[in-house]
Amino acid sequence: MPGPFAEPLQDLTRPRINRAPSSLLALALPWLLVMLGSLSPTWPIIASAPVLPPLGFLFLLAWLHLRPGLFPVWAGLPLGLFDDLFSGQPMGSGVLLWSVATIGMDYLENRFPWRGFITNWLVASAVIVGYLVIAAQFAGAASNVMLLIAMLPQLAMAVMAYPIAAQLVGLVDRLRLIPVREVG
Amino acid sequence: MAPSANRRPGSSRRAQYSTFASYVIAFAGALLGAILLVVSTGNAGAFAFWRSAASDATAPTASAAATGRSTGQDVWATIAGYFTFGSHVARTERELALARVKLAEAAAVADENRRLKALLALKEAEPRAVATARLIGSTSTSTRRFATLGAGSGEGVQVGMPVRSPLGLVGRVLETGQRSARVLLITDGESVVPVKRASDGVPAFATGRGDGTLQIRLITLGLNPLKPGDAFVTSGSGGLYWPGVAVGVVTRVTRDGAIARPLSDPGMTEFVAVQPLWQEAAPQTANPKAATDSPPSPAAAVN
Repeated sequence: MPGPFAEPLQDLTRPRINRAPSSLLALALPWLLVMLGSLSPTWPIIASAPVLPPLGFLFLLAWLHLRPGLFPVWAGLPLGLFDDLFSGQPMGSGVLLWSVATIGMDYLENRFPWRGFITNWLVASAVIVGYLVIAAQFAGAASNVMLLIAMLPQLAMAVMAYPIAAQLVGLVDRLRLIPVREVG
Repeated sequence: MAPSANRRPGSSRRAQYSTFASYVIAFAGALLGAILLVVSTGNAGAFAFWRSAASDATAPTASAAATGRSTGQDVWATIAGYFTFGSHVARTERELALARVKLAEAAAVADENRRLKALLALKEAEPRAVATARLIGSTSTSTRRFATLGAGSGEGVQVGMPVRSPLGLVGRVLETGQRSARVLLITDGESVVPVKRASDGVPAFATGRGDGTLQIRLITLGLNPLKPGDAFVTSGSGGLYWPGVAVGVVTRVTRDGAIARPLSDPGMTEFVAVQPLWQEAAPQTANPKAATDSPPSPAAAVN
């Protein structure tokens, strides 16, 4: 995916003699980005209706698409737990849904290994819509049809935000592989 | 994407076990999530400690960001102003003409208000705020409507205390941390506020609908007397919320009540005040001993 940062970043990430990416950075940045997305409820937006896309979940999906196998299959457990602390959902809703999503994406990855970005986007859209609707059910909106209608803008925004999240994940993926460590 | 290499770990027994173990942990995690969900759905207060600790930990940065919120809004308003100036002037002139009429009406209403209040001998008692703080965040991705308040038990905020802005009721404190508290907004689906119509005291309940509006449900069934534009204030019945705080204005009448727009948009308010719990004074004749023991001030009994 060529982006505005492609050229300088390619320079940065070019392998060099006696330089290697820091393994700490390479392993920690994906987790940090997802957790940063989960912190979006602490952003200074006081909303009277659900409006923001679930950024942490979008980042997780984008990482699973971009780098299958980078996150272990059980990544949904700690990341979902962290999301639950801030999201306002009943505790456990994130743990369950994120775990199921990670396992499901792992299955999909092995079943259909060759996919394009449009396919990824379609898959992600289905997963995001399912995630938001089921999460709303967990939060106690089961009987409230009005609330499901009120969620429509959020659903649309989340589906539209996925490519942006994927682009950002691609950028961070470049950053985490910058050879900063001196070897030997 | 090319097939990932870690699916078939080869003949290494150790790698096979490790792959197997990660799947076991993943499914155990999903199961754990389901158990947690059942526990927390049955008992809303469960895990409050962890949530409070987490919001305490992020409160300093969130407060700093909230300080920038008003500045940020100003910047955008300034830029937008250049594009919308003409239509803005036209609209303002139209509104001014309307406002002159309304002002005359308001003067009459204020006069009537004064007479009626004198008739009822109502005290305009407004409690001293326990704490004044910013709302530093809200659950903007979830369908539940919680906000995080930048003051906690360290400032004297306690569970159940009503939170209001200058424009009206915002919600009530649900969980407290040391430096932050979680506020249940009145637009949440689980929030129920006893209200009355400001003009004649028709009692009702205001329940949140989760989409930013309120459902007004009348207590007395029968002919629906509501009409668009009716203002509702808290009635104070049942304790908790101080009476006379503005809640919402009816926008649409339904079969058994109305849909109302809350008056205090928590996103537009800079500071909110946390009030002490309201407890109705017991009738003096009902329990003479209690009446002499406790001062008659309604603010005295807290908790």
